[in-house]
Amino acid sequence: MQLNTAVTRSQEAILATNKVIKNTYILLSMSLLFSAFAAFLGVISGIGHGVALVASIAGIAMLWFVLPRTANSAAGIPVLFGITGLLGFGLGPVLNYYLAVNPSIVMTALGGTGAIFLGLSGYALTTRKDFSFLGGFVMVGMLVVLGAALLNIFLGIPALFLAVNAAVVMIMSAFILWETSSLIHNGETNYIMAAAGLFLSILNMFQALLHLLGAFGGND
Amino acid sequence: MDWLKIGSALFLLAMIIFLFPRAKHAIENSPKGSMQDWMGYILPMAAVILFVILLIALV
Repeated sequence: MQLNTAVTRSQEAILATNKVIKNTYILLSMSLLFSAFAAFLGVISGIGHGVALVASIAGIAMLWFVLPRTANSAAGIPVLFGITGLLGFGLGPVLNYYLAVNPSIVMTALGGTGAIFLGLSGYALTTRKDFSFLGGFVMVGMLVVLGAALLNIFLGIPALFLAVNAAVVMIMSAFILWETSSLIHNGETNYIMAAAGLFLSILNMFQALLHLLGAFGGND
Repeated sequence: MDWLKIGSALFLLAMIIFLFPRAKHAIENSPKGSMQDWMGYILPMAAVILFVILLIALV
């Protein structure tokens, strides 16, 4: 009797985990499509860097202060779309710049980001390894990268800019493994928060790849 | 120094301040990885590095 109960609970837990994973990927796909549409609007409207910065700050502020309060209700989904739309719209000037320099850079960065995300998610999902030990590493890495990026606003060293972008690709890769593993091992049970985390890692990786390909691609 | 640089710097500073307590919490509460765990991380990272080098060569 106890064994049957344990087996039923275990099956329920597996079903619940699979449901969270499925919902996360559906919501992530939809928010990426919406963000791509917003980025397209940002490109064709030719917004400046000031408007892009304001949109990005508004998106991050919503992520920090509004999403955690709404993630456990149906209101969390439109809030997530608001965040992804604002952050996508904020990409407008960067995309315009690289489209003018060499459009293949944008397509390669987009394809590369997709391939890295699918590869790492597939790796975490199929091996079912627990990457929870990466938590501290990811957070410290993000702080170091943010500190270096802040310093480089004033120093303007091209090598440091490239090092920061290379580090962002590595840290976002670690974040994808950590977040996917967290979904599998029941660390993250809220699919809206999980989709938001994965969306940010994809967005940051795409931007970092754009800068790296733009710098080393030969036509910059 | 234009206002865009100042705005970007303030934005990054706010992110650091916001992330700091979370980073502290993550460092204190994350489990320690074994050598095998880290190898399971290093292998996909090596693949990512090689893939990025390939992308750079393609552009």
